[in-house]
Amino acid sequence: MQIEVRGINKSFGGNPVLKNAGFVLDSGEIHALMGENGAGKSTLMKILTGEYTRDAGTVVVDGQEVTYRNVQEAEKAGIVFIHQELNVLFDLTVEENMFLGKELTTRFGICDKGAMRKECRRVLDLLGVEINPAERMNRLSVGQQQMVEIAKALMVDAKVLIMDEPTSALTQKETEILFEVTRSLKARGVSVVYISHRMEEIFELCDRITVLRDGEYIGTKKISETNMNEVVKMMIGREIGERYPERKAKIGDVVFEVKNLTCPGVFENISFQVRAGQVLGFAGLMGAGRTEIMEAIFGYRKPVTGQILIDGREVHNSSPEAAMKNGIGFITEDRKVQGLMLDQSIAKNISIANLGKISKHGVLGKEAEDRLVKQGIKELSIKCFSERQHTVNLSGGNQQKVIFAKWIYTDPKILILDEPTRGVDIGAKKEIYSIINDLASKGVAVIMVSSELPEVLGMADQIVVVHEGTITGFVDRKEANQENVMILATGGKIK
Amino acid sequence: MKSKTVSSRIQDFGALIALVLLVAVIGIISPEFRTVGNFLSLLRQSSINGFIAFGMTCVILTGGIDLSVGSVLALTTAFCAAFIKGGMPVGLAFILAILIGIGFGCISGLLVTKGRLQPFIATLVTMTVFRGLTMIFMDGKPISNLGDSFALKFMGKGNLFGIPFPVILFILAFLIFIFLLEKTVFGRRVYAAGSNPVSAKLAGVNIDLTKLTVYAISGGMAALSGLILLSRLGSAQPTLGTSYEMDAIASVALGGTSMSGGRGRVWGTFVGVLIIAVLNNGLNILGVSSYYQDVVKGIVILIAVLSDRNR
Repeated sequence: MQIEVRGINKSFGGNPVLKNAGFVLDSGEIHALMGENGAGKSTLMKILTGEYTRDAGTVVVDGQEVTYRNVQEAEKAGIVFIHQELNVLFDLTVEENMFLGKELTTRFGICDKGAMRKECRRVLDLLGVEINPAERMNRLSVGQQQMVEIAKALMVDAKVLIMDEPTSALTQKETEILFEVTRSLKARGVSVVYISHRMEEIFELCDRITVLRDGEYIGTKKISETNMNEVVKMMIGREIGERYPERKAKIGDVVFEVKNLTCPGVFENISFQVRAGQVLGFAGLMGAGRTEIMEAIFGYRKPVTGQILIDGREVHNSSPEAAMKNGIGFITEDRKVQGLMLDQSIAKNISIANLGKISKHGVLGKEAEDRLVKQGIKELSIKCFSERQHTVNLSGGNQQKVIFAKWIYTDPKILILDEPTRGVDIGAKKEIYSIINDLASKGVAVIMVSSELPEVLGMADQIVVVHEGTITGFVDRKEANQENVMILATGGKIK
Repeated sequence: MKSKTVSSRIQDFGALIALVLLVAVIGIISPEFRTVGNFLSLLRQSSINGFIAFGMTCVILTGGIDLSVGSVLALTTAFCAAFIKGGMPVGLAFILAILIGIGFGCISGLLVTKGRLQPFIATLVTMTVFRGLTMIFMDGKPISNLGDSFALKFMGKGNLFGIPFPVILFILAFLIFIFLLEKTVFGRRVYAAGSNPVSAKLAGVNIDLTKLTVYAISGGMAALSGLILLSRLGSAQPTLGTSYEMDAIASVALGGTSMSGGRGRVWGTFVGVLIIAVLNNGLNILGVSSYYQDVVKGIVILIAVLSDRNR
């Protein structure tokens, strides 16, 4: 199957996400789709498979212009999208998941378990993986769950398979199996669109690369005729320096230190220091354990061993409440699940972390709250109609600024930022970088976890690189570049 | 947002409009209904459900539910009656009963927080066990002949400035709950716990403590409600308060509080309680058979909840 996607425009709420985006997929090739977070890769794929509608542009499949109205239509045509967050029902068995909504039945509408078992076995064998069809989904590893998703796609006779960050949660071994399966699919004439941030994997597996940047089509290259540097340049498109405001923060004494922090099976022997006014970057691949380390520091993940010192004194953060009292703030990775109360107002979201500050003897001070909220909206230039607007209606960037407002006024000595600009548009990103710099210049010790390498390189004074739950290196700002950080992040060593 | 002004304001007052309509319609049909005396007795009847419903509102706002209120009511009144019969001063017996109610609420709360049971299951358990304990404690028989202490009579039958004492308590409780939920840190935490417990916890809110407190409040309010009943009946009954949780939950739902927590208002519950009371009282006065009353009540609740869904 050959697919041509051209000139796609799409905006969400007046915010353009795709501008003239597109790519061409040949039959039987593995085609990488690359770009920074927010470049529009997933959106483009969702438009192809009918999950979103497009504002402009054409989709041509095997010479015929098509518009799939929903995912089912695309699937019928043979195009299957395997999302990053797997679409499986964990309490059902492998078999039940594979036949969900398309159960085989006997004449009276009764499930034909025998036939389903047989078909399930056939497809799994085709993939060459050993998974028991009767096993419950939540007992499988993430890699195995991914295989079930692929098997599901094969069952509907997919001709094009789209995989979004399929290896982000896989082990090395599982990744190898996935590659083998992908190659065997290709040999059988299936085309694969492979979305990933991992350069090494793409150069190992794919035939061609298409790069998107800020929602725009940048170019397509054959793997054999390009190299990583060229692709990175296409992805970033400009010198890194100019995207990040200059920092003048004076770096002071060590305010925060972690010694041998260990959470069995998740991360081990994590030790590092942060100074007042310093931005310490945490780089690594998704799933390296950085979020988990931060959660442990903040008292949200247990059990952990090791020491946490603030201003040289050991503290015990037994709960987020305790961590806050000790002067730590934590802006979490997931805005919707962990960051915001979406059905509550901007005001209530900002005040929830500052209840002590705006109350006396447990009674809220209306004026104190108003003042705090107004200050937050003004200082962080949160765009809204009123402070009583529900946060669910805000753009990603404004939501993130609400979360910053919530934390800044707790006057943290140490502020942990986990993916502070994920899903935020370029303009708002810059504003957030300025906020971070302001905080640092006020003497806050900032820890910034980010999977966007350019961001870490542009913002951090020092970079800690984490790989599979251990720190593989510290890189100073002067020596840091994409290459040496990436090598450490993938478990390699700098010579 | 601007759109908040018109359309959602109407929906905010939807329950109130329903109440006014009900009162108007029943009032037009029945002259008996529209007397001051009947309204006061209607309010007095509503207070019993009202106390429970206010506590229930707090629980539901955290995303929970408390099915045990009827059983807590029965068991605490049984204790209270036994205390009084045993010669304890009535005032002290009342206070003890409320404290015991709070304690029973804490048991449900602990099952929810420390036991990690779903609120429905946790309070189904306490509901069943407390009812059983009431039967055991009373040996299935009422406790009566509690003497004629002034305090005992005044609680449910007394008047202050011509207004029944339970009604005064009811209005007082209403004001206290408004203050508690709208003006205090605790109130903010209750909403936060129901809106997004993960986010609230990460913002330093002690979710477990907040939840434990709302079940304790619910238990205490159930006990208070029981005292009114005890005073009015002059005796404790083992089956007292059976299925009272249903009217309380219905009142909360009528008031527009979201069953998944995080959204809702006490005054909505107040209106909900009055709707239920007007229905009970009005349908009785109109001579509607009690079998039909339940059907009518169910339909009114259905309409209210359906209109809530359109929000």
